[in-house]
This record gives sequence, structure tokens and C-alpha cells, in this order.
Amino acid sequence: MSNPNERKFKVVGTRPIRHDGLDKVTGRANYGADLSLPGMLHGVILRSPHAHAVIKKIDLSKALAMPGVRAIVTGADFPEIGSGGMAAGESHIDPKDLQANIMARGKVLYHGHAIAAVAASTIEQARDACNMITVDYEVLKPVLSLAQALAKDAPILHPGRKTVGVPPLPEGDTNIMMRLANAKGDVDAAFKSADVVAEGWYEASMAHQGYIEPHATVVTTRENGQADVWCSTQGQFAVKSMIAVTLQIDPNLIRVTPSEIGGGFGGKTTIYLEPVALLLSRKARRPVKMVMSREEVFRATGPTSGTRIWAKIGAKKDGTFVAADTRMEFEAGGFAGSPMGAASMTVFASYNFPSFRLEGLDIVVNKPKVAAYRAPGAPNAAYAIESVIDELAQKLAMDPIELRLKNAVKEGDTASYGPKFDRIGFVECLNAAKNHPHYKAPLGKNQGRGVGAGFWFNVGLQSSATVSINDDGSAVVRTGNPDIGGSRASMAITAAEELGISVERVRPLVGDTDSVGYCDLTGGSRVTYATGMAVIEASKNVIEHLRARAATIWGCEVDAVEWRDGQAVGTNGASNNKPLSLADIAKQMGHTGGPIIASASVNPPAAGPGFGVHLCDIEIDPETGRSTVLRYTVVQDAGKAVHPSYVEGQLQGGAAQGIGWALWEEYLFDKDGKMENPGFLDYRMPVASDLPMLDTVVVEVPNPLHPYGVRGVGETPIVPPLATVGNAVSRAIGVRMHQLPMTPPRVLDAIETKKG
Amino acid sequence: MAKVIFSGGLRALTGAESVELEAARVVDLVAALYARFPVLEGKLEQASVAIDGTLYNDARYQKLRPASEVHFLAPLAGG
Repeated sequence: MSNPNERKFKVVGTRPIRHDGLDKVTGRANYGADLSLPGMLHGVILRSPHAHAVIKKIDLSKALAMPGVRAIVTGADFPEIGSGGMAAGESHIDPKDLQANIMARGKVLYHGHAIAAVAASTIEQARDACNMITVDYEVLKPVLSLAQALAKDAPILHPGRKTVGVPPLPEGDTNIMMRLANAKGDVDAAFKSADVVAEGWYEASMAHQGYIEPHATVVTTRENGQADVWCSTQGQFAVKSMIAVTLQIDPNLIRVTPSEIGGGFGGKTTIYLEPVALLLSRKARRPVKMVMSREEVFRATGPTSGTRIWAKIGAKKDGTFVAADTRMEFEAGGFAGSPMGAASMTVFASYNFPSFRLEGLDIVVNKPKVAAYRAPGAPNAAYAIESVIDELAQKLAMDPIELRLKNAVKEGDTASYGPKFDRIGFVECLNAAKNHPHYKAPLGKNQGRGVGAGFWFNVGLQSSATVSINDDGSAVVRTGNPDIGGSRASMAITAAEELGISVERVRPLVGDTDSVGYCDLTGGSRVTYATGMAVIEASKNVIEHLRARAATIWGCEVDAVEWRDGQAVGTNGASNNKPLSLADIAKQMGHTGGPIIASASVNPPAAGPGFGVHLCDIEIDPETGRSTVLRYTVVQDAGKAVHPSYVEGQLQGGAAQGIGWALWEEYLFDKDGKMENPGFLDYRMPVASDLPMLDTVVVEVPNPLHPYGVRGVGETPIVPPLATVGNAVSRAIGVRMHQLPMTPPRVLDAIETKKG
Repeated sequence: MAKVIFSGGLRALTGAESVELEAARVVDLVAALYARFPVLEGKLEQASVAIDGTLYNDARYQKLRPASEVHFLAPLAGG
């Protein structure tokens, strides 16, 4: 692999206008809810009014007699399937739980859990029919917090289900679905050798990914069993696999077309509506459209876990860490599968701890089943550990960046999760933050500055790409990754860089499952890295064709043709020929062998560890507890920014989401487990007017695994903000804050408590 | 000999910190591990694997050097 440090780029690193931009700003782009088909029915889901109940009986008779009703499905329409792991792109899921989350069978596990679905000629008719479905419930006491779930007399969500993981495991019925543990060295002895120790419990509320576009799908089925599915998703191939497994049908019968996607952040790596719409369509023999309301998105689609994490670090007087310890409790929602595993791998990953111990618990509660959310689990873990580091810095009277620099991992260090780090840029990020004007800016009264850092693996996974040449010398690059963060632009830039043409001459397309090669999900910060590598390889294959065509035109051996700066150049006896541009060769495609097209596929290693360091200045109103973010700076190692604007956008977006999670966002439940704020008026996400300009610094420490040095960038920026903002608030008010979100009442309460 | 370093659950299951085994590829290493530690049977197919510091989501047929250091990790995911 060529050294990315030595390569001079022509297109990579520029900031062209995104190819899909015009359609998006003019409203022409087709999102999930925009498709309509002739004869299409509308599907509506009846959802549970209880957080925890046994379904004793469902009576559909009145609903079936309602005007316009063409089909109704319940859990009984789904095939019985067994438990077990299934690969769903980048994640592994239990298909039985996936199916039971899509449509309840026997028991409801959260308020809003799907009970039945109706397809009717109009939405109103479908809603009216839903209201006529009679469900006989045996209501059970809900489990609405980690403390309730772990109580000795806790109601059990899944009786008979045993805890898996690392012993000692609970005996008998429990809400703990998994226990993980890891340790290194003699932790207790190491803590005894510490000069300073800081520790504390840190709680974060369940929070939603908050994508603007709700889940939506249209499904049509044919008499031969074939199904066409259109939906808003982060992975059409994963949707195909998940539909096939939950309905036990041949995947070959399913074609999935991804719509434009209005955000996902991990929340659209799973499915909710698609199998339901398929069953309704099959019953009604008509296309069926289903679109969630915002309320349904909040009540019944994956938020991320609420967590309770205890963390403790011991250090020497000079700031050298000697030991760390943590216990992490993660809410999984109604079914097993929180991101506790990733949290356990990231919690200590940024620093050298000579000894550590960790325990992680995956715990079911009567809340929506959690789904992936940018760097799943890592923000919660970083919130605890980076808060303790900040407290330690205060106890040591050390600069918080200097403390981190003293202990930061670098190339050759052993990661807490096992292997040694290759080339990484954490130290470079810390130094960039330390030297940024933000870090030197003066602070006023009631203001505090927070520092936080974060780590995320970034994945590789399978990708493929096809590059074809048009007869005018322009190119089309086709991949199977929905464009969620500007990946069309990065694919086009990559093809343009390799082919030596302008990025405007490359049209990037996202194909359906029948028209492009397999691609794993758009997620895990992998597309520009992994799918980009497939585009590089496909472009190189195209260049081989172009060289051969030039050799045909010149009547020489292909070895006498080189590809330089976007044109074929003759050498070794062919050098008297005038170089041929891609357009020159494309004009003669028909004479030289026909269309020029090439594909490539890859399954590369993980996309190179990503580190980020954030700075936040906050002012607190001591009368009200209100927080105002004054300045915010994101520093992150991108390896190589293919389109710097979109890298900066990822950094800003992650920071904005993290600030919202830290200050305002939380699921509020009543005593029966009903979410009380299922709308953007009451679920308070940050808007532009809440935030200052979020400054960014893109550090480029090349990833040795990628020809350009690219690292994944999409997830790391949400890892540090929870702690960064928490540390800023804590320093502003002089009281360590332990619970997110830090709403004005909580901040005011901390101020008042301090006053005594 | 490839050196497999166990952590967390695998260390608890095997009772070992590490083991050295002859294997040319990860698939051969997994077979050798199952033979040495029957308690691991079926637990490594979905693991992510780090070979000499490089993380793979699917490393089944990756080649190993004579002194490769190998870690079996929870499957990597993302959002």
C-alpha cells in the first residue's frame, strides 16, 4: 500500500457541492414516505397502552367489519422462530427477539409495543379499525428503572431466561440478561498505592437518536411470493436479511430499495414496519404503505440506553494513573441487547491503566428496546470515566489536558480491550486542543470550561462498488450504501481522484439489493473508508480497461500504456502517440471492445481507531440553573478528510447531539411506564439557536490501513460531549454533577445544596 | 506458534491468560482452541479478531504469522 503521507491529492480534500444537494434543498428528493403506488393501502399499528402485560386475547371481529379494511395481522401471523444469533450487517441480533419487538406475541414489554396492524383504504379507516380491536390484557407491574430491575422482588420480564456471560452469574429468574467482566493486574493493591483517588456514580437518561425522518415503508407483493420493499434504512441488504428471518421466507424473493434517508444515527440499522407491511400486503394483495408518527418513533423505536455507571481512578501525585475500576449498568429496554459490550471495550481504551477491573450488566426494563446510536455505549462510558478524570485533575491541581496527555495511549500501547494500537492520533488531538485559542480564552463569572475525550473503533465490513464509463467520458459509481452523511460525495471524489477527472463528471448512485453488489450497513463510520476502498479498486480496474483500449487504438502492447493524470500516455515505443483522455477513449468504446465497466469488493479490517477531544465553555444562570453554551470546539483525528466539509459536519453534528443529551434530552415516564414527552415540543433536542458556532479542528494522522489514510469519523464526535459538558457545568458551579441531562432544576438543586 | 491472549469471559471460561498453538490461519486456530478448550466450542465464530493489532470483523481465513498475537473480541458494531 502506498504511503498516504507521500501522495499528492487533486480531488481528495476538496469541498465540492454534494451531488444530491439540489434535490434535497428543493424538496425533490424522495424520502420513505414520498412513494405511493396505484391501489395502495395504508397500514396503521395498534400499540399497547400498558408497559408490561400478558396478552390474553385479541378480538379482531369488529375491526375486520369496518369500512375499507382489507387486512389485519397480529403476532399469530408471524412464524414461530427460535432464538440464536444472526448477522445483520454489522450487528448480531436474536431473530426471535427482533420478531417479538416488531409484533408482540403473548406479552407486551413496553408502552407502545405493537399488538396488531390494520391495512385499509385510508389512514383514517385503518385508525378507526385499530380502535375497534379488543385486547384482553393481564396488566403486570412494570420495571421502569435499573434499580427496580435489580431489586430482589423485581417483576421479571422474561421468566426462565438465564443470564449469559462471565461468572458469577445470577441464579434463578433475573432481569440481567448478560454480565461481562474483565480485569488486569492487582487492582486493589494498585489503588492502595495511589496518592489520589476519585470516584462516583454517573447516570444518563434514555435518549433518542432524534432523526428528523420517521420510519416509513411501502411494500408490494406478488402472487409468486416476490416482494418489493421501499423504506428509509441505513442498510437495504440488512433489511432484506431481517425480513427473511422474521418471516421465514426466501431472501431471494425480497428486493429492498432504500429511499433517501432523513437521519438514522444507528436507529435505522434495524426494522420495525417492513415485515408487518409485507404480511398486510400479502393478505390484502395490494401495496401497503406504513409511516410512523413522531409519537410512535419515540414510543416504539430504539432510543439508546439509560445508564448508571460507577467509575473510580487512582493516580500518583504526578498524575500517572495506577488503577481504574467500573461497574456499568445498561438499560436494554424490553429485550436483551444494550451496547454494554462496546462500552466495556471503550471505557478504559483511551488511557494506559496498569491495572483495571470492569463489570458490565445488560438489564431489561419495560421501556422501548434500545437500538444503535452513534458509537453505541461509548458516550455513556466516557461520561463516567472522563468525569472522574476531571475530578482527579481538580484534586491534583493539574491542567486536565496535561493529565490526559500524561496517560494517553499512543502507537504501540496495549489497548485495554487487548491488542496493541497501530498509528493513532490521540496525543495529536490533545495537543491541538491545548494549543487552540479556545483553551486560552478567558472565562467570566459563573462560567466553566470542560474538557473531555473519547474513542471509537470504527468498523470495516463488506462493501462493493461498480464504476462504469459513459460515452462522453463521464463516470457512474454505484454502491449499496444509503447516503446518510455525504457518502455520495466521498464516493464521487474517490472515483474522480483515481480516474483523474473532475468530481462533477462522476455521478454517484445508491442501488437496491438487486442492482448493486452486497454492502453491509451504512454505519460504524465505515462507508467512506470501506466502500471507498471498493471504489478505489473498481476505479483501478476501470483504468486497466482504459489502458487496454488505448493500446488497441495505438496498436501497441498494453504494457506500453500508462495512466497518468487522467489520461493514457504511451511509453516504450508508443510514446509518439498523443495522450488520450478518458473522454477520448470513451468515444471509441464501441470500436475497442464495448462498454467499459468494472467492479470490486472488499472486506477490510476495522477502519482505524478514532480519537477526539472536546472543549466546552458554559455559563450558568445562578438564579435559574439555565445553561448557555458559550464556546464549543471539536478536535478529531480523521486520518484523511476526503471531503473536509462533511467531516466537519460530522464533528459538529455529533457534538450537537451530545450537548443535547447532556443538557436537555431525556425520556420521561409516568408511574405506569407511559412516555410523557413523545414529541419534539417536550423532548427537548437542541436547535440552531441553542448553540454557538461549533468550531472544529480536523487532525490528520493517516490510517495505515487505507490508501489515502482515511479513518472513520461519524461516531467518535458523540463520545466526548456528555463528559465535556458535564465537566464544564461542574466547574462553573463548583459542584460535581452526576446525572444527565443537567436540566435547570437539577443544576439549581446542586447550587442550592452547595449553599446549604 | 500463534499466541492467543484471553481476556474477560474467555479467560474465565478457559482459566488461562494465554495459550500458544500451531495454526496457519484463524480458522485453524479456532479449531485448535476448541480441541484444547472444549468449553469454547461455538463461541468464537462471531467474534471480531485482532491479529497483531489489526482488528477484523471477519478473520476466518486470515493468515497468521508464526508469532502472531491474537485476541478474540466481542463483535464490533456501530451506529
